[in-house]
Amino acid sequence: MALSDSSAARAPASGVEHARAARREIFYRHSIAVRLTHWSNVVCLTLLLMSGLQLFNFHPALYWGNYGYRGAPSVFSISAMRDPETREPAGITRIGDYSFDTTGFLGVHFDAEGLAHGGAFPRWAILGADLAVTRDWHFLMAWLLVINGAVYLLYGAVSGHFRRDLAPATRELRARHILHDIWNHIRLRRPRGEAAKRYNVLQKLSYLIVIFLLLPAIVLSGLTMSPAVTAAAPFLFDLFGGRQSARTVHFIVANFLVLFVMVHVVQVLLFGAFNLMRSMITGRYAIAPEKVS
Amino acid sequence: MSFTVSRRGLLRCGTAALGSTMLTGCDQLFSGAAVRPLLDFGQLMSLRAQRLLLANQPLVREYALADISPGFPPNGTERPNGVAYFEFMLSQFERWKLTVDGMVRNKLSLSLDDIKKLPARTQITQHSCDEGWTAIGQWTGVPLANILAMAQLQPQARYIVFHCLDDMGDDDFYYESIDLFDAFHPQTILAYGMNGKALPVEHGAPLRLRVERQIGYKNAKYVTRIEAVDRLNMIGRGKGGFWEDRGYQWYAGL
Repeated sequence: MALSDSSAARAPASGVEHARAARREIFYRHSIAVRLTHWSNVVCLTLLLMSGLQLFNFHPALYWGNYGYRGAPSVFSISAMRDPETREPAGITRIGDYSFDTTGFLGVHFDAEGLAHGGAFPRWAILGADLAVTRDWHFLMAWLLVINGAVYLLYGAVSGHFRRDLAPATRELRARHILHDIWNHIRLRRPRGEAAKRYNVLQKLSYLIVIFLLLPAIVLSGLTMSPAVTAAAPFLFDLFGGRQSARTVHFIVANFLVLFVMVHVVQVLLFGAFNLMRSMITGRYAIAPEKVS
Repeated sequence: MSFTVSRRGLLRCGTAALGSTMLTGCDQLFSGAAVRPLLDFGQLMSLRAQRLLLANQPLVREYALADISPGFPPNGTERPNGVAYFEFMLSQFERWKLTVDGMVRNKLSLSLDDIKKLPARTQITQHSCDEGWTAIGQWTGVPLANILAMAQLQPQARYIVFHCLDDMGDDDFYYESIDLFDAFHPQTILAYGMNGKALPVEHGAPLRLRVERQIGYKNAKYVTRIEAVDRLNMIGRGKGGFWEDRGYQWYAGL
């Protein structure tokens, strides 16, 4: 639904303002349901990530299969050790057979006084003083994520939000269109006029992947770690290839979500932080007119 | 430099935990009394939802002999301190007895031989620690339901408490509790055998609880007394277990 710019409608005061207002269209972009579920997601995904990093710290290794424990072969680990020569603390991150020195960030980090601390993820990134309270927060926020997600999915299906805003049209899926869209992104070109009222195809595809692939995957892989849930739904083991595989998938999907959020935030900063933030808070989004020249 | 291993982590799961336990301002905000009711509400939702899922008492997945993990880290205590346990060990647990009391009609005192003569169940299951690791082992023991049937619970009994032989320091003995929903599950057993042999000392000899739909610390080792009660606030510090008394979740199905 398009609204006329209220400032233009009510008070065409000075000539300059009038001209500006006439060129700008205010578009009602995000429904209240989308805005509320978006900000709930910001809260719970942030706390889920921070508590999740802390949970990883209690056993900083990942495995594949049904079992995995200290001493069993792992596919990924973050550890603290001392450099054999310098005796200085060193953080080592290992993926498969490859090890990287990540001192200062992973494995070992330094506090404001320059003191070294062991621990896979640094203290500034984590939430929860002990395992009990970390688990409490992680599970409470998981409930919020699931309830929020259910509300959003119901709304999206019933209101036509998915069909109208997220489903790409056939013509958008042509390679030429996608390549053109990628080229627009590389040039950091801001959409104007009618094009700014819709998500572009890269946006649509990434939102669809997050909503229908990454978020369900992280919820289901999380549930696979519960001995009670898997008693009722043992097929979860088969879906992920075992409890420890599910833990590894959970970690990888969390990384993809972090990557998505980072790109998302950078895009907001590049494409008009004020306007985009306003549209996610009040729903209203100002559209630049199409170039006339 | 804080490269120390916290005693708590070592005690509960036998693996290294975090270094410093110093509280930052943020941690205080997130673990303070103000947020406690919210976190407790989350725990209650998980308990209710999982009990709904498990209403028809499904069994956890059981594995084949070939799936048993080559290692199995011992949780918590690896050998109880004190002369009493040492003497039990020397006698091959011949002088050890299991007491069943509290809200029961028949108090029981069973030797290890008595227990081994009862119908046994063997199951190969996953054991998952709240720290995040998993091992697979084979357990042989007597279903707790059979012991409770022998002892005949009084109608007001609601929880089963497991008192253990391991002194966690300052005469604080390990204990755990489950409710009747888990106590009567067919895979809830008192195990005296592991991977085809007698239960090793580091895994809780002579008798440990297996409560397969909950995680590590609920599976009490070195069980010496089973008590049926109607409430938990009279035992220990009142939260239903050694770790529960220190802030951990009483219901640990996740």
